[in-house]
Amino acid sequence: MSRMYSPTMPSVYIDQVGVEERVSRLNKRSIKKSSKRSMLNLAMSMLDLTTLEAKDTPGKVRQLCTKAMHPHDLPTIPAVAAVCVYPNLVRTARECLRGSKVKVAAVATAFPSGMSSRKVKLEETRWAVNEGADEIDMVISRGHFLSGEFRYVSDEIAAVKEACGDAHLKVILETGELSTLDNVRLASDLAMYAGADFIKTSTGKVQPAATQPVTLVMLEAIRDFYYDTGKKIGMKPAGGIATAKQALAYLVMVKETLGFDWLTPELFRFGASSLANDILMQLIKEETGVYQSLDYFSKD
Amino acid sequence: MARTSKKQTALKFRGEWEYAPAPESKDHIRLEKKYGLFINGKFSEPRSGKYFDSVNPADETLLASVAEAGAEDVDLAVTAARSAYEKTWSKMPARERGKYIYRIARLMQERARELAIIESMDGGKPIRESRDIDIPLAAAHFFYYAGWADKLEYAVPGRTAGPLGVAGQIIPWNFPLLMAAWKIAPALAAGNTVVIKPAETTPLTALKLAEIIRDADLPSGVVNIITGAGSTGSALVNHPGIQKVAFTGSTEVGKMIQKTLAGTDKKYTLELGGKAANIIFEDAAIDQAVEGIINGIFFNQGHVCCAGSRLFVQEPVAAKVIRKLKDRMETLLVGDPLDKNTDVGAINSKAQLDKIHKYLKIGVNEGGEMYQTSCKLPSRGFWCRPTLFTDVSQSSRIVQEEIFGPVLSVQTFRTVEEAIEKANNIPYGLSGGVWTDKGSKIFRVTSQIRAGVIWANTYNKFDPVSPFGGYKESGMGREGGLHGLLPYIQTYSN
Amino acid sequence: MEQTEKKKSETLNGTRPNGQEGNKRVSVRKTYKLYIDGKFPRSESGRYYALTSPEGEMLANICRSSRKDFRDAVVAARKAQPAWASRSAFNKGQILYRLAEILEGRTAQFTAELVSMGVSESRSKQEIQASIDRLVYYAGWTDKFHQVFSSVNPVESSHFNFSVPEPTGVVSIIAPEENGLLGLVSVIAPAIAGGNTVAVLASSAYPLTAITFAEVVNSSDVPAGVVNILTGYRSELLSWFSNHMDVNAVVYCGSDAEEIRLVGENASLNVKRPVILSPGDWYSPQEENPYRIMELQEVKTTWHPIGQ
Repeated sequence: MSRMYSPTMPSVYIDQVGVEERVSRLNKRSIKKSSKRSMLNLAMSMLDLTTLEAKDTPGKVRQLCTKAMHPHDLPTIPAVAAVCVYPNLVRTARECLRGSKVKVAAVATAFPSGMSSRKVKLEETRWAVNEGADEIDMVISRGHFLSGEFRYVSDEIAAVKEACGDAHLKVILETGELSTLDNVRLASDLAMYAGADFIKTSTGKVQPAATQPVTLVMLEAIRDFYYDTGKKIGMKPAGGIATAKQALAYLVMVKETLGFDWLTPELFRFGASSLANDILMQLIKEETGVYQSLDYFSKD
Repeated sequence: MARTSKKQTALKFRGEWEYAPAPESKDHIRLEKKYGLFINGKFSEPRSGKYFDSVNPADETLLASVAEAGAEDVDLAVTAARSAYEKTWSKMPARERGKYIYRIARLMQERARELAIIESMDGGKPIRESRDIDIPLAAAHFFYYAGWADKLEYAVPGRTAGPLGVAGQIIPWNFPLLMAAWKIAPALAAGNTVVIKPAETTPLTALKLAEIIRDADLPSGVVNIITGAGSTGSALVNHPGIQKVAFTGSTEVGKMIQKTLAGTDKKYTLELGGKAANIIFEDAAIDQAVEGIINGIFFNQGHVCCAGSRLFVQEPVAAKVIRKLKDRMETLLVGDPLDKNTDVGAINSKAQLDKIHKYLKIGVNEGGEMYQTSCKLPSRGFWCRPTLFTDVSQSSRIVQEEIFGPVLSVQTFRTVEEAIEKANNIPYGLSGGVWTDKGSKIFRVTSQIRAGVIWANTYNKFDPVSPFGGYKESGMGREGGLHGLLPYIQTYSN
Repeated sequence: MEQTEKKKSETLNGTRPNGQEGNKRVSVRKTYKLYIDGKFPRSESGRYYALTSPEGEMLANICRSSRKDFRDAVVAARKAQPAWASRSAFNKGQILYRLAEILEGRTAQFTAELVSMGVSESRSKQEIQASIDRLVYYAGWTDKFHQVFSSVNPVESSHFNFSVPEPTGVVSIIAPEENGLLGLVSVIAPAIAGGNTVAVLASSAYPLTAITFAEVVNSSDVPAGVVNILTGYRSELLSWFSNHMDVNAVVYCGSDAEEIRLVGENASLNVKRPVILSPGDWYSPQEENPYRIMELQEVKTTWHPIGQ
């Protein structure tokens, strides 16, 4: 009970082997034909097309935005959910995406490490929102979390949420640094009770990034939070999801853990870059009946 | 800590769209129209002249016509087994015996998919289970015991080991091929020969195993597979030429067999019914426990003697567990056993379905609150929705009696002592489940539950190295692992 | 059975007064009763049978137990079983060893009883010594048979899996008719060494040592109810010993085919474990082995995940 952060937050135990068995069983779902097509289209619409490199330029971001709004000539293929960039490229993305429904997401709070003062983190958040970000992807202070300073972590999330104003807040737990699924669950609950709109696995800068067991634990946390509070929190696995097959496996987890309500870009996102083209290849294969080559898909 | 959860709109798991059908292809399956008895290394017409039908419980179509062994056929099979025992199998170097058993394991692996599909067609179990559990485990069982053949003396410290003779074995319809493996593999490893009778509703994979045994060039008569119903089994048990009886099935029949064998020199093992308690403490990993409850009762349509059919939930988490359970049940897909997405297949037979329905009625009449999932059921075949009963008590018949179907009863408890007392308050003692994150509590509870297999923070796990079998009216003797070898061994003082 | 001529002075009931020694002290004789739940009651039925020496001399009135005495013994055994099973293996070993110690100290009394029942003095000594040694033998197994017969099973999945023997529970025992002391000890010791509790029917021909052994049990830190010893007629009690629904295993010593069949059939009522023992020679070293313990054990297998 010492790990319980507040009397209102449940203390939940996680059994790693049980989680892995559940994932393995979920992965046995066979997705064929009509369900495959609709799930691939859904996955496309849930993409946070991401570029988070120090070498990013306005030119690169503009290319990405074009792809985000118009992934393929086939009219049935939807636009992605958002483009995710560093704060200094938010303005470029905002201009590029004007008129489309694609959102601009910005990482903030001394991404990816979070190793800065709260003042700087809040300032960065406000700046990114000011530049036009619809969504803020913040990182939690893993050092504080692992040393048991849960209130620090929680207060920080609450403060960033306030700084976001109307922008949606995604809280990155960086599960690859949290070591155990018990910690993943605790961090998920901390983030949701502190005001997160989404919880997100990873920055993409740490291995392992998103994994299915971690995602399942987070989805179950979201489910419990919904039943306890009535609030629907979104989920975003990020990093390491490169194939359509993996994306379908994640959607199966969502479908069977949270149900149809969460099968929408409002509540589920993929943080990925190369995934888009693999989804496209699979969709075109479904369309044409022949296996595809990457030569026919733009790399942006 | 107890939390009162506000009423929220239930999560939606059905209605918008479903996974498209993903049936396993059965083009490559070859079944004969008619199967004889496998005696002395070949298939032959039954002396009885009688045949019965094996039907696919998912669509009620005829799969094959199968011979019904009469007393004369049983006698032929036992004679063949005796002769093989005396002339070849007990004389053969143990190492060579082991190599034959390894061959069987390998041939099963090679034909695994075919066996899985036939298992699902004949018995109604989902292909996911026959493909991933039944068939691989059956092959692994042969592989495990093959290695024992030349190492028997290490199983009985201080003694010398030898075979018993001819083993008469009777297996049930819930895990047809796996149960055949559980019976045949240790018997052969110890140097015995076998006459085995598969269940009358599920004989086909055993007959395929006969083909495999033939292909493995096992000496004729070492394994004889005779199909039939109760009277065939009774003729086998009572045959004076067998030295060992191994039976898996109901407690009712097991008691009859034990009575029949009284005063004879035949050794026997019985693996009988169960009504296992699955106990969820408030400090359990709840989501994984819910998954364990699901696996505990809905695995193989609940046609499992060790099914966790009595759920006990500690009161502070009872409401939460039941809600999660209902959510999870909604995601179970019931239907075509050959569909790769099917979670719950067909009930094995009309008779079994009638029995389950009888208990559902009893449960409702006793005042139980019945909850069933909203899934659609196919129009042909034998089906039962995943079912949960709350508001039941220890005295309810659905809590006391083995239903052998996808029916779970839920009770709550307050203290550890109460949970243990209720768990043990039953004539059965096959298995049990305990869920808590607290290590010391696990060891206390697992040591006090009077049952042969205890799953702590897991459920319905099986492995060839792991002994399985019951206390009390759930039977005697173990199958699997080192302990499963012992019932097939005779020991001598050094 | 050996018939020997005994001197009056050595008989069980002490020196008997006779004409010449009219002033001698009158000895206090012992009343032989049952041993149930740590107490020595008479049979609730009030029935008895007279035990006489081979010379026809009256030795004692022996309680002729009824089915209700047996029922009481099973109730006591059931009540005592969980606590006895949960005693540490070391403690059970100490208590069995204590039985041997007390028995050794009472050698004279047991010799006198055996002799009075017709066993030669040398044979009596041999039987008592063998009984003592048998107790010591099983005392030594209490903390070892688990190690020899347990296993850690290397399953394929990520689970720790192990199998250990546990007592089957309450055992009813029809002790051998021959070797009234050694036979009794040979069947009780492995049963209780393994954590079971027992209700035993002693030899009807040699009941004295059985009840005196109950006194040894009673003074050896064996908790009440762990060992219950009845005397009486096998023919009257055999069905009750084998058909009781709260008995987990029945041990039958003997070779009567009809009785063996009856025990087996009755055992099937609740799937009791029937153990039929028909050894030619209770002295044989082969009668000492851990498999006697294992016949009254259940193997429990436990699974647990290995994870974070």
